Amino acid sequence: MRQLMSGNAALGEAAVLSGCTHYFGYPITPQNEITEYMARRMPGAGGVFIQSESEIAAINMVLGASAAGARTMTSSSGPGMSLKQEGISYLVADELPAVIVNMVRGGPGMGSIAGAQSDYFQATRGGGHGDYRTVVLAPASVQELTEVVPMAFDLADKYRSPVIILGDGILGQMMEPVDFDGLVRPPDYDKSWALTGAKGRPAQSIYSLIFDVKLQEEKNWKLQRKFRLIEQDEVRYETYLVDDAEMIVVAYGIGARIARGAIKRLRDEGKKVGMIRPITLWPFPMKALRELAKSVTDFFVFELSAGQMVEDVRLALEGEGHIHFYGRPGGVVPMPVELYRIISRHYYQAHADGDRKQP
Amino acid sequence: MKGSIQIDRERCKGCALCIDFCPEDCISLSDDLNLKGYFVAAFDDSKECSACRHCALMCPDVAIEVSKS
Amino acid sequence: MKTVYARPKLLKEADFHYCPGCGHGIINRLLMEVIEEMDLQGDAICVAPAGCGMLLYNYFEIDVIESAHGRGAAVATGIKRVRPQNLVFSYQGDGDLAAIGTAEGFHAANRGENITVIFVNNGVYGMTGGQMAPTTLLDQVTTTTPTGRDAGLAGHPVRICEVFSQLDGTSYLERVAVNRPAAVVKAKKAIKKAFQRQVDGAGFSLVEILSPCPVNWKMGTLEACEWIDEVMVAHFPLGVFKEVPC
Repeated sequence: MRQLMSGNAALGEAAVLSGCTHYFGYPITPQNEITEYMARRMPGAGGVFIQSESEIAAINMVLGASAAGARTMTSSSGPGMSLKQEGISYLVADELPAVIVNMVRGGPGMGSIAGAQSDYFQATRGGGHGDYRTVVLAPASVQELTEVVPMAFDLADKYRSPVIILGDGILGQMMEPVDFDGLVRPPDYDKSWALTGAKGRPAQSIYSLIFDVKLQEEKNWKLQRKFRLIEQDEVRYETYLVDDAEMIVVAYGIGARIARGAIKRLRDEGKKVGMIRPITLWPFPMKALRELAKSVTDFFVFELSAGQMVEDVRLALEGEGHIHFYGRPGGVVPMPVELYRIISRHYYQAHADGDRKQP
Repeated sequence: MKGSIQIDRERCKGCALCIDFCPEDCISLSDDLNLKGYFVAAFDDSKECSACRHCALMCPDVAIEVSKS
Repeated sequence: MKTVYARPKLLKEADFHYCPGCGHGIINRLLMEVIEEMDLQGDAICVAPAGCGMLLYNYFEIDVIESAHGRGAAVATGIKRVRPQNLVFSYQGDGDLAAIGTAEGFHAANRGENITVIFVNNGVYGMTGGQMAPTTLLDQVTTTTPTGRDAGLAGHPVRICEVFSQLDGTSYLERVAVNRPAAVVKAKKAIKKAFQRQVDGAGFSLVEILSPCPVNWKMGTLEACEWIDEVMVAHFPLGVFKEVPC
């Protein structure tokens, strides 16, 4: 049944329908409505809602709830996400599932409360101390939350590791029609590792301090094998009009929505521009980009930041092809027509250079 | 002699709290080294142990077992 | 000969890593004795700190999770909210609870979380080598107060029981010590009462335990025990600071 909902509210609903029973959050614009939604919704759904005293407390409540076997979530924005990094590192080291939502806002520092994409590095490079990565999912519409949120809980339980949903202030605040009927609650996973009290079994413990460096290294390689598996099996992306494309936009989340508008104008003028939209920012769709680079030279990276995903595009292409970049940090949101003009200029320039692969 | 104690010599760290708190002076620090290199406490069964358990209450390494006839 | 005192069964075989004369060993034993006597082994979940008390999973035959430094009360909150039927307690040192973890402890208490905090107050940061803690006394020498704690520079020792007693969410707060046999018996009673109140759903309880740290206080083991009575108790009076009838 379709209903008009803000991204924040829809995300909360999707979490409940995905089996989230324990939510811990702290107010921060532009994600307050997630916390408010969960305050209204969780008690009725037989779940627990706590407004914590800080984002640090919230992520550690998540850690406790997860260790006790619950499907649990917290949500925040830039400054709060920075406070959670220690907790996220512990969740990874303790191999505990959890979903952490970041509705990104302009930064750094207090930044702005407008939507942005400047927390890409923080999310995709681990963010806290130690060698680790977290799955990072980037929804581009309110409806897509009904797929991304259950996917986040499923991947968290499947790999016993925290998963980050990287939204932004626009996605959080804007209202779009959404239909939850298709949302499939992820299956329950075996959680015999959870701490439930040593009744009829030996005592169990969860900890990450390993003094012996040899054993700590082994623990690290075990985690790294997990990340390689995720890189191998969990990449998700969407392509748009790439078959005949001579230039491919690389954009995610709200950036991809703006790019679609620009591509429509470009296509109307016969300019063959397509797009690849990563849905998993980590694991990044490296292979897909290299595949596209066999037939296309020009990649136009567009981000609501000073340029972060562009580095992953460069890593993926390894010098193959030509990377253009346009970004606006701080919470500025270019109109599609503005992006259309900029891509057009790069498109003409690329054609003028001549030595281009033909699709 | 109503009581006696057994000291787990490998757990003992020679902290001497049992010695200090034994009301009957039944325990003393021996010159017997354990594997960790501590001089371990030793019970003198010729003394009048009352099985009051003060030694066990104060032992930070739970190395003392007390028994009573 | 009948055994009248033996190692609690819930203490694992591993030797304690604590220094000679350290109060943590006594407190660890009391916790397992109480849990054994209350038959709560199948229910107890302990949240261990970062600090001298962090290796509890090597010693306790109950479920234990290690929390990041200072976050024990928040982790315990998360566990208890998932498993209200379990006995959940955090074990925290003075740095863990009264410095970095103040907000978490304060707000768990204020929310009246039905958990127990075992707060070991030994006046210094032990594991990291004897630095000043929030509970370090004025003029007390530590590795970061080399000429004695100066209130003008480093403020005053924090009285957690008294502070938390101002929070309506707290239901039982007692300060005890483990520096002589009679005190150890009282400390065990306080722990047992706190756990029983949690089982009865009475809300947030905290037992603050003054504990000797001879190595970092640079004292003999007996001298450290006496110092608690002669000096520490003057600033940290023993007793019940709150006991809401339940």
